[in-house]
Amino acid sequence: MKAKVYVNLKSGVLDPQGKAIQHSVELLGFTGIADVRQGKYFEIALDENLDNQQARESVEKMAREVLSNPIIEDYRVEIEA
Amino acid sequence: MKFGVIVFPGSNCDHDAYHVISKHVGQPVDFIWHRETDLSTYDAVIIPGGFSYGDYLRAGALARFSPVMNSVKKFAESGRFVLGICNGFQILCEAGLLPGALIRNRDLHFICDHVYVRVETSDSPFTNEIQAGSVLRIPIAHAEGNYVCDDHTLDELKQEGRIVFRYCDKDGAITEAANPNGSRENIAGICNRERNVLGLMPHPERACEDLLGSSDGRDIFRSLAATLAAAV
Repeated sequence: MKAKVYVNLKSGVLDPQGKAIQHSVELLGFTGIADVRQGKYFEIALDENLDNQQARESVEKMAREVLSNPIIEDYRVEIEA
Repeated sequence: MKFGVIVFPGSNCDHDAYHVISKHVGQPVDFIWHRETDLSTYDAVIIPGGFSYGDYLRAGALARFSPVMNSVKKFAESGRFVLGICNGFQILCEAGLLPGALIRNRDLHFICDHVYVRVETSDSPFTNEIQAGSVLRIPIAHAEGNYVCDDHTLDELKQEGRIVFRYCDKDGAITEAANPNGSRENIAGICNRERNVLGLMPHPERACEDLLGSSDGRDIFRSLAATLAAAV
């Protein structure tokens, strides 16, 4: 069983890394890019015996309390059997 | 009065803080390893600069879970004094002892430079020996010093006079050009509502000797010492 956690800066929080990446890909000739936002992605291997609900609750807690800073970031959790 | 300097794996300004307390403040000071939990003998603790836990995840994010931080929380709740410098400020924000967060500098660079900060209030245990409006020349050295907070928090900080330091030019004017990292409203340092916890990005402990380019930082430690002397 595996959890995937995506952490992104909230909209409105400046992302200078995203801006620099956008600038670089535009220098390479890519066009039509409105915005680039950089985030973080975590893969967490879970005990196979957990049921889906338990797994989601514990990973949500992890994402809220450790993996993200709720002042500046949002998170999204996916559980895969 | 007794000071403690907390040491995390990756702290690197711990010796500077220790040096300033022992040499310039002239008071007893201990290093406190982050696994310690007993702070009962201290009157003030300094959370020094550096790269605790290698800045993994987010600057200050993992240090918050070190055993000593629960004790620091209780220490602060008991009204004793906590000074977080640079990474120490980041840790205090991550731990919820101060509001807001410190994100990547506006221009991405790690900035190591002398800057000017204006003391916004004398009404803090860390600035009571400094006249409000004074300009201090103090170095910064950080990549994540861009202070952000929501509008509500900003209003509270302003109304309660909790913005203690703001980046300014050498004459004390708060300008965008004098803002090194994009911090909201040029904020360089804030305190909590009870005013006994202060976090700031500049390094006053690196500005305590003329030989190092400035001794303006001493006023901050002198203020804290005066507060403690009056309290003890």
